[in-house]
Amino acid sequence: MSPSSATSRARELLGVGSLTNKALRTWLHGLPGVDQVGIEARAAALATRSIKTTSKEWAIDTAIGMIDLTTLEGADTPGKVRSLCAKAKLPDPTDLGTPQVAAVCVYGDMVHIARESLGDSGIHVAAVATAFPSGRASLAVKLADTKDAVRAGADEIDMVIDRGAFLAGDYRLVFDQIAAVKEACARTGDEPDAHLKVILETGELATYDNVRRASWLAMLAGADFIKTSTGKIQPAATMPVTLLMLEAVRDWRELTGELVGVKPAGGIRTSKDALRYLVMVSEVAGDDWLTPQRFRFGASSLLTDLLLQRQKLRTGVYSGADYVTID
Amino acid sequence: MSRLEVRKTYKLYIGGAFPRSESGRSYEVMSSGRAPKFLANAAQGSRKDIRDAVVAARSAVKGWSGATAMGRGQVLYRVGEILEGRREQFVAEVASSEGLTRPQAAKVVDAAIDRWVWYAGWPDKLAQVLGNLNPVAGPYFDISAPEPTGVVGILAPQESSLLGLVSVIAPAIVSGNTVVVVASEDRPLPAISLAEVLATSDVPGGVVNIVTGRTAEVAPWLAAHRDVNAIDLAGATAVPWGELEAAAADTVKRVVRPAGTGTDAVEPDWFATPDLSRTRAFLETKTVWHPKGQ
Repeated sequence: MSPSSATSRARELLGVGSLTNKALRTWLHGLPGVDQVGIEARAAALATRSIKTTSKEWAIDTAIGMIDLTTLEGADTPGKVRSLCAKAKLPDPTDLGTPQVAAVCVYGDMVHIARESLGDSGIHVAAVATAFPSGRASLAVKLADTKDAVRAGADEIDMVIDRGAFLAGDYRLVFDQIAAVKEACARTGDEPDAHLKVILETGELATYDNVRRASWLAMLAGADFIKTSTGKIQPAATMPVTLLMLEAVRDWRELTGELVGVKPAGGIRTSKDALRYLVMVSEVAGDDWLTPQRFRFGASSLLTDLLLQRQKLRTGVYSGADYVTID
Repeated sequence: MSRLEVRKTYKLYIGGAFPRSESGRSYEVMSSGRAPKFLANAAQGSRKDIRDAVVAARSAVKGWSGATAMGRGQVLYRVGEILEGRREQFVAEVASSEGLTRPQAAKVVDAAIDRWVWYAGWPDKLAQVLGNLNPVAGPYFDISAPEPTGVVGILAPQESSLLGLVSVIAPAIVSGNTVVVVASEDRPLPAISLAEVLATSDVPGGVVNIVTGRTAEVAPWLAAHRDVNAIDLAGATAVPWGELEAAAADTVKRVVRPAGTGTDAVEPDWFATPDLSRTRAFLETKTVWHPKGQ
């Protein structure tokens, strides 16, 4: 979708002649306000479900298959990325029945290494781009960053929105940037385009209302996924924020028929948390989202805990860090 | 004016905090003797409490084993001071728990405090006594030094609720191990008071974790837990300890068998002067070869 087609579709959806900042503002501020107490209570209530053993087995395997195994450190080395890829392909060497993760998420300059290590395993390479994590760079730099990662073989691009522009009310700028990055994700010929995940960095958006608006704005501009956080800002993914975004993708489907994915990232470390998120996905968005194509966990240490729980279910005894690979 | 009785429902001691059992259960603790009297309610820990306790113990290993030996000794000596300050409380609890007269209980408590202080002197001496400079046929310094094994599971003695308890916890932690203790099933009160002593001392949270409950229910989970490095079966009197040892063997744990020669565990005489065997049981030996010049 080119920026102009994104714009024309947005014009159609908003029912306006030209997509001005004012038109976007009217539309986004016309979304219903979020009941803070209500959404937090709902998220807390969904976290209390009891998951019995057979469901837990399914949920653990499903959660492993939804992980974007992530390393986004300044100290990332080619060796670190290779070992992460090895873990992505074979999470638990003691049980070859363990599912693979969905993707490996790295910085753009590490894409070719991840691509090479993952080979034809079917695991996607996701790259963060657009001056991650702050997003403070000119559009030209952001587009170059994106194209570079796409050229190196990234299957998915995790972009950050310009929170400064969003908070200043410059919605049109945010829209244009997302649409332009989306275009930069395109590939020529038969090769599939890179999927675009749009990071809202909800920890910097200050209010739930802003999270709802940013979600709709990102979907309007062509996001394939909306993602909570970079993982570099606290708070990162929380249950209420993810709940809100799941509501947004559900409502977006009613409006347009399109299915947009959701990716909570950062701060999800235990299997218990992951299972709670899956309950929420099923209850709020629906079971159509219970697939790696529509729901992902951005995490690194979560995988280790899921493997420990998986071993516990398989062997009947509690496991420990000595029995999983170090990453 | 008569006072309303303050009835107590104690909790577990895990990671420096006092959580209720995950299961929400508790059980009645009665006094020993001819006419058992209700003493208090204790939390009835479950396998998930054991799991949480092991997680807490594991995360405390680095800090506790990394502390200087001198520092560990001082921290443990401070526990001895607080025990002394709570002497009266322990005497009352040991008397009611074990069915002893007050003078008998006082003797037990004194021995327990002395035992703790005795072990508190050991951290900075273990390496000298158990370590060695090995003579080898080559130009090397060859040094063996003791290191803690990690997380130790302990089934506390069932009969000796304080002296026995101290005699199994202290030797495990002096060297830098952290412990998950299953307290005496019928006599848990001194263990709970010891937890309160530890919580107000300088011992970091997670170094000692105390779970009260049914030994036969939780012991197999502790013995089979793959993140536990060693287990002391001192209190495995009502459960077949051979099975626990077999479960522990699956993950090559170090095992300290209960006293006695048969399949039934018996309690040793805890008043006997200890040696280093219990401490040594939870140590690994690291040997370093270092080239030396002529």
